[in-house]
Amino acid sequence: MKIGLVVNPVAGLGGAVGLKGTDGPDTVAEALRRGAVARSGARARRAMARLADRVPGTAVVTAPGALGADWLAGLDLSVEVRETGGASGTARDTREAVAAMADCDLVVFAGGDGTARDVAGRLPERAALLGIPCGVKMHSGVFAVSPDAAGALLADIVAAPDRVAWDPEAEVMDIDEPVLRAGRLAPRLYGHARTPLARGRIQASKGGPRKDWGAELRGAADEVARGMEPGTLYVIGPGTSAGAVARALGLTPTVLGTDAIRDGALVAQDARASDLERLAGDGPVRIVLGVTGQQGFLLGRGNQQIAPALIRRAGREGLIVLATEDKLAALAQPRLWVDTGDPDLDRELCGFLRVRTGRGREMVMRVATS
Amino acid sequence: MTRLPEFRAAKWDEPVVMEMGRPGGRGQHFPAPEPEVTEAVGAALIPAAMARQDRPELPEITEFEAQRHYLHLSQMTLGMMGVSLFGTCTMKYNSKTAEFATLRPELAEVHPYQHPDTLQGVLEIMHDFDGILRSLSGMDQFIFQAGGGADAAYTMACVARAYWQDRGMLGQRTEMVTSMQAHPCNPATAAAAGFKVVNLPLEENGYPSLEALKAAVSEKTALIMINNPDDMGIYNPEIKEWVKAAKEVGALCFYDHANFNGVMGKLSARELGFDACMFMLHKTFGAPKAGGGPAVGAFGCTDDLAAYLPTPVVVKSGGRYLLDEDRPKSAGKVREFWGNVPQVVKAYAWARAMGAEGIQLGSDISVVANNYMDKRLGEIPGLARSNPQVGQHRMEMTRWSLGPLAEETGVGTVDFANRMADYGIDPWWMSHEPWIVAEPFTPEAGELWSKEDIDLWIDVVAKICEEARSDPDMVKSAPHNQPIAQVKGDAFEDPAKWAMTWRAWKRKRAGSDAARGAA
Amino acid sequence: MASQMRAHPWMANSAPGVLEAMLAEIGAKSVAEVFEQVPQDHFRKAPLDLPPALTSEVELRRDLVTKLKKNQDCEANLSFLGAGVWQHHVPAIVDEIVGRTEFATNVWGSYQSDHGRNQAWFEFSSQLGALLNLDVVQLPVYSWGCAIGHAMRMSARMTGRAKVLVPALSDPERLSVIRTYCQPREMEGAIEVVTVAADPTSGRLDIGDLKAKLGDDVAAVYFENPAYLGTIETGAAEIARLARADGAETIVGVDPASLGVLTAPGDYGADIVTGPVQPLGVHMHCGGGAGGFIASRDEERYVRAYNGFLVSVVETQEPGQLGFGLACAHQNSYGMRENGNDWTGNSTYLWAIAGAVYMSLLGPEGFRELGTLIVSRARYAAKLLGEVPGVRVVWPDTTFKEFVVNFDGTGKTVAEVNDALRAKGIFGGKDISGEDNGLGQSALYCVTEIHTAADIRRLADTLREVL
Repeated sequence: MKIGLVVNPVAGLGGAVGLKGTDGPDTVAEALRRGAVARSGARARRAMARLADRVPGTAVVTAPGALGADWLAGLDLSVEVRETGGASGTARDTREAVAAMADCDLVVFAGGDGTARDVAGRLPERAALLGIPCGVKMHSGVFAVSPDAAGALLADIVAAPDRVAWDPEAEVMDIDEPVLRAGRLAPRLYGHARTPLARGRIQASKGGPRKDWGAELRGAADEVARGMEPGTLYVIGPGTSAGAVARALGLTPTVLGTDAIRDGALVAQDARASDLERLAGDGPVRIVLGVTGQQGFLLGRGNQQIAPALIRRAGREGLIVLATEDKLAALAQPRLWVDTGDPDLDRELCGFLRVRTGRGREMVMRVATS
Repeated sequence: MTRLPEFRAAKWDEPVVMEMGRPGGRGQHFPAPEPEVTEAVGAALIPAAMARQDRPELPEITEFEAQRHYLHLSQMTLGMMGVSLFGTCTMKYNSKTAEFATLRPELAEVHPYQHPDTLQGVLEIMHDFDGILRSLSGMDQFIFQAGGGADAAYTMACVARAYWQDRGMLGQRTEMVTSMQAHPCNPATAAAAGFKVVNLPLEENGYPSLEALKAAVSEKTALIMINNPDDMGIYNPEIKEWVKAAKEVGALCFYDHANFNGVMGKLSARELGFDACMFMLHKTFGAPKAGGGPAVGAFGCTDDLAAYLPTPVVVKSGGRYLLDEDRPKSAGKVREFWGNVPQVVKAYAWARAMGAEGIQLGSDISVVANNYMDKRLGEIPGLARSNPQVGQHRMEMTRWSLGPLAEETGVGTVDFANRMADYGIDPWWMSHEPWIVAEPFTPEAGELWSKEDIDLWIDVVAKICEEARSDPDMVKSAPHNQPIAQVKGDAFEDPAKWAMTWRAWKRKRAGSDAARGAA
Repeated sequence: MASQMRAHPWMANSAPGVLEAMLAEIGAKSVAEVFEQVPQDHFRKAPLDLPPALTSEVELRRDLVTKLKKNQDCEANLSFLGAGVWQHHVPAIVDEIVGRTEFATNVWGSYQSDHGRNQAWFEFSSQLGALLNLDVVQLPVYSWGCAIGHAMRMSARMTGRAKVLVPALSDPERLSVIRTYCQPREMEGAIEVVTVAADPTSGRLDIGDLKAKLGDDVAAVYFENPAYLGTIETGAAEIARLARADGAETIVGVDPASLGVLTAPGDYGADIVTGPVQPLGVHMHCGGGAGGFIASRDEERYVRAYNGFLVSVVETQEPGQLGFGLACAHQNSYGMRENGNDWTGNSTYLWAIAGAVYMSLLGPEGFRELGTLIVSRARYAAKLLGEVPGVRVVWPDTTFKEFVVNFDGTGKTVAEVNDALRAKGIFGGKDISGEDNGLGQSALYCVTEIHTAADIRRLADTLREVL
């Protein structure tokens, strides 16, 4: 397991000084002008110090200076510094640093959603991603809960791999700038990455396969597919959980976007809100959704294509939600969150909702608005 | 801290029995058939097509060698003869008085199909014990057919099936509602009985909310299955409202009384509104669990459900005890015969030896001892109590977490379990699935263990916490004082390596030797 | 309350002052305080109504023994009852070992601390595997009927089919359990149980009816060898061949006591094998000796379909050392709750230890001698009973240890015959006349190694006397 580390030295700068993020050099300058102090380097060091304490001498590949090496000085780690294009103070630095880590199996980054997206975009094939939380906004499912937890997880990956579980498809999300400018937080789903999780389930035997949660998901999806009513428009939200319903019908879903199915046929792919509205017409609508990992968002994170009007048409009864028990048990809080952009609708959606966890299996989850 | 004992487990390097013995060795003879028998029927009595040709590959050892081998194996088994605070299983003293009574021919050499006239003694005991459980639960009838707690949960699912079938509503009442922290046997048996499983997650109070239950139950609900208190040691104070809400939609309510030890003599399932409940006789009632049975899940219900019970039911009529098989609405049998009868007799003996006062004192001691343990464990850095927002005293057990210590040292709950055995302490129980706290462990003191035992157990935990900080690799490579080192677990999930019999082991080992030879 | 009682022999902390000391330590003023989570109106109102406590061993023993002595047992009487629980010899060593407190303990155990117990479990599976000629044996489930039920559900999961074929002449006790496991038809995942007729001349499965009922919707064919009514199924290989041709699994039930003389089921095409554990060194215990095993070939698709505990031998971190642990633990209900295979829980694992000791004592020659002795004496009994006027043995020359005795020619019911025998200290065979088998007033007699030729003559003579 070869570990790469990249630090976004300006991540999180905006948070403390009332800016909504730190994307772009102008914002960084503004944040610094307002007196922001960079925290990401120190947080990265905390995580790596825990790794060094637990497993001294662990090999780590990193980028020069503030992009990594500076924060590892003096730690009992075997550090290899890879030269990159130099520090421009922009997202390019992150991307170039990751590009230099093509032989790494796991890239650890200190940053927020923006950094996650930059790292994911250059991630070596088959490599995993782990975030040390430093950003202003962190909606992606790739972050450890704290720098210490990130360090402990790294130590486990190196020294006690049986203690670590892996989420094969954690969401990588970032803020959708135009929507944000309209005054609303609405991260978009940019992709999925493999990410380590602290062990939540018993592992009596070391190594080997665990329960095939995919089979449970397929069972649930198959049940939904069989129960589909003629003439109803089924909107299939982003992500593999919702997409499993399309697959159960023999269709190929747009994993990062929204599709629509009617009478067993794909009637829209990677659809926009207006497409869906037009397709729905006056007919019945149901919406198939997944849940974002760890955060537990149902609506408003990565699926803004599904607009309030459409949701209102479907109603809470018209939401079909799929998630494995594993994923629900790992949520930070036992809640599903909605943030549709329409506070009245959010309130209407609050209450309880049955999540399909397998064939003949459901979990009753509380829906809440933040 | 008390001085920890220097423990060394017996280590006999005992071979697998399949490797022992010598060709022609004998451990047991049977006489040849009498001459008149052979003369009357001849030899070669098995049809040629079915006559065994090969010789089974069994060991050929003497009677003494068998005795010595299995005595060695028993000596390499701790079997709670240290201190075991194994939560959710409620360790008890298993009375040898009761054990020896059940080994007498008057029970051991009794056949369940004997005429009831010849079974009056055992039927009387079962009937009397039924009465004891009725008093403890408020239910109207108990049966003992289920071979364990999970089997009693299955019995409930089958009784519910028969109940709804009798009403012509089996196709409509399709759902069973339970908590995510209910014992796995509840959802598993309901699913195996054909019900859809609707789970409720725990919310901030440590138990599923009443609102969630109300949202979950409907005219589709066949039954709810719930335990209380749960394995966190948290009591759901809304349980009466739960039962009320479930009954309002017509659902049956089953109380899984697995965690009865803290409330025995204090709560009555019937008074709380439940239709049925289950007691684990191999746990709460002092019969040995024997590493996994024979066990008994005593299933009790109200008269409304009694018609659907599996048969036979022990009844008393005109001063005589009978086995009632004639129950046309019965759900059918969940297991042959009437149960693990010796365990019922042992449970009866426990209840008689304790008496009403002893049973109530037992639950007092269980809950006080657990809170004493909580206090001392809370003083050890690196441990955290589950559900920290629940500040009240827990019931007879508490779910704890090693999460902080594991983050700091990398030593987790499995490592602790391994290391505890080195001190002659039975490894702790971690948690049923799913793990909702990191690195969980769940101690339960019950009424058996002395305060000194509990102190020793906690001292061992504290000592291993120190070791985790000073020498984590030593803890992670434990056990060191046990008959064998840590096993290489990768084989357990690998079809090329797992071996559930010696035959399979020899075949796979020969295969891997050949592969090595070729390479 | 505690102050009124002497310290209880089973509760260390009932000694004076201990409870108070712990309360002081936690800063609670009273016991009631630690129950603060329980609302006042939840505490029971009805007072406990239990018989008086027997806290002294001398009183407790007297109560137990006095009651149990009201039973009549099969040692003081001569019993020919079988049908699911059989009177076999239990070697003294078996009783010694299963009585060891380390095994007959309250604890569930762990691989770290209970290595010896785990090895004994593995030795049970290994020795039974040698008798069955199969490579995978699961730790026993609750009973033979439960084992068959799980095996049928395994076959349904493996084939995706929802129908099983069983012999019409099945044990109603086991069949009731099988029907419970296969569920009413309204349930999701129900398995239809269809019976296959018996050949009236032999009691064996009617191959013509089997062929008619087999098809691509059948998950499994189940038969027993020897069958419920004692007959040896000589067409076993043919049944397995026919099942396989239609893609169905062959599930067989066998009596392990027969396997020294009967062909191992692994050798005639059985896919999944079940059977009772009780003949392997477990007393009848009034039916509490029941336990059932499940075995199969070592193919992953079978192994992944098991419901319970599979013990595997593995290497340890110390070179050359062997240890034992649970294989495929995640597929059971402990690992996966409702998503596991069926369910598992406490079962009958102590009887696995009994079986391990028993099989090691008998060895290959012991099993051969045992089988020979049983079949010889059972046939002798059948012959002598068949000579009693009015008595007919239904299938005289095809059985192992049990056989059907018909009393139609005596003008008496089985119940009457058994009442008369019981008065003479003999428990006659199980009355099967109420069972739907077309066999009239018949009883199922069981003869094992514990019955001497003299015992058998006593039965025949007594029958002559009472008929």
